[in-house]
Amino acid sequence: MALRLSLLMIVAALFALSVLIGPAGLSLGDTLRALLLGQGEAATLVMREIRLPRAILAVLVGASLGLSGAAMQGFLRNPLAEPGLIGVSGSAALGAVIVLQAGLAATWWLALPLAALTGALLSVLLILLLAGPRGSSLTLILAGIAISALAGAMTTLVLNLSPNPFAASEVVFWMMGSLSDRSFDHVWIALPFMMIGWALLLSLGRPLDVLTLGEDAAATMGVATGRVRMVLVLGIASCVGAATAVAGAIGFVGLVVPHILRPFVGARPSALLWASALGGAAMVLAADLAVRLVLPDRDLKLGVLMAIIGAPFFLHLIYKTRGELR
Amino acid sequence: MALGVALLCAAPAVARADGPAADAPARVVSMNLCTDQLAMLMAADGQLLSVSHIAFDPLASPMVEEAGRHARNHGQAEEIFAMQPDLVLAGVYSDPYTVGLLRRLGVEVVQFPLETDFDGIRSNILKMGDVLGQEAAARRVVAQFDTDLAALRPADGARPSALLHYANNYTSGDKSLAHQILLAAGLVNATTEAGITAAGSVPLERLVMLLPDLVISGQPYPGASRAEEVLRHPALRDLQQRQSGATLADAEWVCGTPFVLRAVARLVDIRERM
Repeated sequence: MALRLSLLMIVAALFALSVLIGPAGLSLGDTLRALLLGQGEAATLVMREIRLPRAILAVLVGASLGLSGAAMQGFLRNPLAEPGLIGVSGSAALGAVIVLQAGLAATWWLALPLAALTGALLSVLLILLLAGPRGSSLTLILAGIAISALAGAMTTLVLNLSPNPFAASEVVFWMMGSLSDRSFDHVWIALPFMMIGWALLLSLGRPLDVLTLGEDAAATMGVATGRVRMVLVLGIASCVGAATAVAGAIGFVGLVVPHILRPFVGARPSALLWASALGGAAMVLAADLAVRLVLPDRDLKLGVLMAIIGAPFFLHLIYKTRGELR
Repeated sequence: MALGVALLCAAPAVARADGPAADAPARVVSMNLCTDQLAMLMAADGQLLSVSHIAFDPLASPMVEEAGRHARNHGQAEEIFAMQPDLVLAGVYSDPYTVGLLRRLGVEVVQFPLETDFDGIRSNILKMGDVLGQEAAARRVVAQFDTDLAALRPADGARPSALLHYANNYTSGDKSLAHQILLAAGLVNATTEAGITAAGSVPLERLVMLLPDLVISGQPYPGASRAEEVLRHPALRDLQQRQSGATLADAEWVCGTPFVLRAVARLVDIRERM
């Protein structure tokens, strides 16, 4: 409980910073007056239409990715499982890019999140199929590499074939993710799917706890692995699909956050789910702030920063688990 | 704004009349959208063999119909060489490998600089007349350009500010043709007024803080891109609705040709309705 409260306070503090800091160079008083009272036409537009949706999206995307990572690791009992690393985000991006270029996203607002969700869904199913129920590290990572590479190549192909002169350069966005210049349009597109995903994944707390005892023990306690797996797949696809549809593929959040928080919650996956959602929100808020502070005018990609932070963690985890990697 | 409308029709008055001079090149190929237009305005019948494929794209080219009377090329050295040209027209930023290869093959390539102001337009028109052997036609095009420009010269009075806003939050600084088009139409450039003089990407927040009287958005291309999504960002949508935002055809802005006067005329029209 104390952990959850302190995480909430960190998220709140980072959210406030995220709303207050930006290139427009507004004073603290101006930002608050514009945000809360709507004083100052330009400042109000900046606060309510640019910074607020960006901060909200950082929370939503971070929570979704953190939660997905924790749930996937809990189910596979494998600390290397992470939607970004094993190609789920990349496949979601491919789905999003296809409907965007086909023009469907412009005619029906649900097309974009649904396509990203479908991409994510197919890749999670494929990975679970390839890696098997226990998810041995080696097959999981190898399957993930193959799916990542394929999704990345197909995304690049679709963008290269686009008649739009700007599309080809946007491979970077789809592979690295960014929250710059997002608006409330994007919040409303992603939110419903994320809420469904959160509800599904958070409902897995007890089954995941029981599963730590092993599948046979879980079965005697009335936990149906098949049903858990289905809920997990749908929940991760909703979360990762919605997040990727609006912010591109942001990796490592689901890897780093549960890894940091695991010592604080003991080995209970149920507690880790909540903590990772909050921790993910804090992490993406912090990363998005860093992106704006380090190179304010260059639209540094969020995924680049996450990779710089996350890759050492990943390597450390591989080093620690290398005994099992065979 | 009858004058503006008249100009919209009058601008492409093709000045072609004289037969080519004796030593003028007889087989000319253009591989750049802007040299395409200048060449089509002045070349004698049959002198210009081929223009770039972009000249056929109505989004980028104001002379699609005229382009249809020429063969199209894709700027590839092999296809251009096969046309056996005695002169190739290119821009300074045309692919240097293609240009280099054509020169190695013994083809004369003339490269035209980018026009960043109206003097640049005049000198490129005269240069085109010179290399095509159509000097008299070029002088007529310049004279017509100056007459039309003078007719559009804005009366003194309020000069509303306009924001040039392209995909990826790019904006044009004071060394751009777009900037000169704004000035010629009696507007001021919102970004240069605020001290942002270099062209490039400016954070959306800073652009919104300028509260321009007019937002001129880049023209959306087919397909989709995140770069262009920002043109429809809600923060700008508010400004655009209130301020009769305009999307102006790239075709009239990208090349320094007499067609920029169409852009000027449209802006004058918008300014007078504000």
